[in-house]
Amino acid sequence: MVAGESGLGKSTLVHSLFLTDLYKDRKLLSAEERINQTVEILKHTVDIEEKGVKLKLTIVDTPGFGDAVNNSECWKPISDYVDQQFEQYFRDESGLNRKNIQDNRVHCCLYFISPFGHGLRPVDVGFMKALHEKVNIVPLIAKADCLVPSETRKLKERIREEIDKFGIHVYQFPECDSDEDEDFKQQDRELKESAPFAVIGSNTVVEAKGQRVRGRLYPWGIVEVENQAHCDFVKLRNMLIRTHMHDLKDVTCDVHYENYRAHCIQQMTSKLTQDSRMESPIPILPLPTPDAETEKLIRMKDEELRRMQEMLQKMKQQMQDQ
Amino acid sequence: MDTLRQSPSPCSSRPSSPRTPPCETPAPVGIEAVLDQLKIKAMKTGFEFNIMVVGQSGLGKSTMVNTLFKSKVWKSTLPAPGVPTPQTLQLHSVTHVIEEKGLKLKLTVTDTPGFGDQINNSNCWEPILGYINEQYEQYLQEEILITRQRHIPDTRVHCCVYFVPPTGHCLRPLDIEFLQRLCRTVNVVPVIARADSLTIEEREAFRSRIQKDLKSHCIDVYPQKHFDEDVNDRILNSKIRERIPFAVVGADQEHLVNGRCVLGRKTNWGVIEVENMEHCEFPLLRDLLIRSHLQDLKDITHNIHYENYRVVRLKESHQLPRGPGWVNLSPVNLAPTSAGQPTTPRPSKARKRAQEEPKYEF
Repeated sequence: MVAGESGLGKSTLVHSLFLTDLYKDRKLLSAEERINQTVEILKHTVDIEEKGVKLKLTIVDTPGFGDAVNNSECWKPISDYVDQQFEQYFRDESGLNRKNIQDNRVHCCLYFISPFGHGLRPVDVGFMKALHEKVNIVPLIAKADCLVPSETRKLKERIREEIDKFGIHVYQFPECDSDEDEDFKQQDRELKESAPFAVIGSNTVVEAKGQRVRGRLYPWGIVEVENQAHCDFVKLRNMLIRTHMHDLKDVTCDVHYENYRAHCIQQMTSKLTQDSRMESPIPILPLPTPDAETEKLIRMKDEELRRMQEMLQKMKQQMQDQ
Repeated sequence: MDTLRQSPSPCSSRPSSPRTPPCETPAPVGIEAVLDQLKIKAMKTGFEFNIMVVGQSGLGKSTMVNTLFKSKVWKSTLPAPGVPTPQTLQLHSVTHVIEEKGLKLKLTVTDTPGFGDQINNSNCWEPILGYINEQYEQYLQEEILITRQRHIPDTRVHCCVYFVPPTGHCLRPLDIEFLQRLCRTVNVVPVIARADSLTIEEREAFRSRIQKDLKSHCIDVYPQKHFDEDVNDRILNSKIRERIPFAVVGADQEHLVNGRCVLGRKTNWGVIEVENMEHCEFPLLRDLLIRSHLQDLKDITHNIHYENYRVVRLKESHQLPRGPGWVNLSPVNLAPTSAGQPTTPRPSKARKRAQEEPKYEF
């Protein structure tokens, strides 16, 4: 999932990361249309295949976030979406047919922080506090090509301080094992020290020093996206795809989803005891729209059970009469 | 020059300088001496200029002011990390006297920290409008006194520079709301802040979209079309209007580039020179605000915006001043809707009214 104010380069970064143009037919809304815009959730799915390995990538975009004059609770649609995916998975997991469960849960949320501020803004803090227990948040400093190196350093430090101060739990890189080689440990240390990553995205390929590189052409120089001295794009890409993709999914499964599930079950059991109904051995799920097939099955089984019970009753009666 | 000081009357028949040879043409009346007199007077009294900078935090407002006036006029203070941003907008002004070649400029910069930074930014423009109207009110109170000062201290905001964040898309709803309200009360010059994050093509596309947005919402930024006095003005101002909003970059550090010392920002891929027209349009902004249109900004503020405010206020109190009579103004309600702008959003009507009244000699 990508979230952040509009104009921070989210779609460009997605394009650079996955080398796919998901937004070819996007129409930018004019200012008038934006006045009454609410936060939308847009899903784009793309199948990427590289050297025989297939990846079904789903990117969830959140246009309209933070754009209005009054942005109170603008993260609520996003929070609801994440919960919905958890709920769907929960239902599927507790259902009868578990062979083809589709995992639509959000594994990672890239949150774009504006480089123009002096740190986190109230909207940023509000969003992260609402979602840090539900999804892995990876904060990024967007459009980092407008910052000189000293400013980037200061901004990163300030954001780290503020994240600590507000008690926000962003995605933590796992510790590497002690038996890993020095190179790997060094890489890992560098990764942790550069969080939050200062990234630059680009849709264009330019000519720099005789090579064709992905970058942005300015009158005063060329910013190369894949140059480590220019920005942390390579670090982000490596982290997201090459090294930590599985860990992100694991943390989503083991931590966020389990939290959701425990919370959900607690709610259900408390509701059941409140209603003082007979506790059924199988927890009844609060399904808004149960699957039609399974519902029919359940109804049929219920009918059968009732018929059998009626027959038993009749037989008992007959025996008593006799 | 000594002769001029002794006889200040403009009918002096002595030529101001030995420019015109006295034997060729009949000696000129010497009206051009007025210019020198004005100059001397200006040197004595100095100029006042009040500028307000508005925009979200971090857009380089304070750096821009420092770059414009080439002095550390402003030092922005950052709140400590974790301190919540103040709920209401606090405006504060700093006054400096800048001197160049014997000419003094009393510059007042009003900053608006916290504008647009909250989660809920509804009505974040009200403190700003209130402040502007308050300055008009102060001037009005001084003006209607029976014995008034020779030189009324002018704290009215002559120019409001609005910093638009470089999203690259178009104006945000907050920008539109603010600009619509403020263009009726004060001269607004929008600029694209931190323009070093946009390439040239992105900049041009962004600029044309902003211009379209401004047109469709009837936002009349400075230089306003209605106030062009003659053809020359129109030509000059059209050129400016094509380039509004200027894409600016501010910097207060100097770096060495090709042996020259320039103001700029040094990144790993190059140095962005602030005064280089190919890099950014800062020179255009500086020329507009200081070198070419400073007096015009003050004139329009005094002749039009202030007059609009005055008319509305006096009409409210149902009395127009007759001669040296004492005018009782009704207690001022500084809410933006009742003072400083006509109640219905038809700014052109108010301006026509002001233009019909006799123009003040300034």
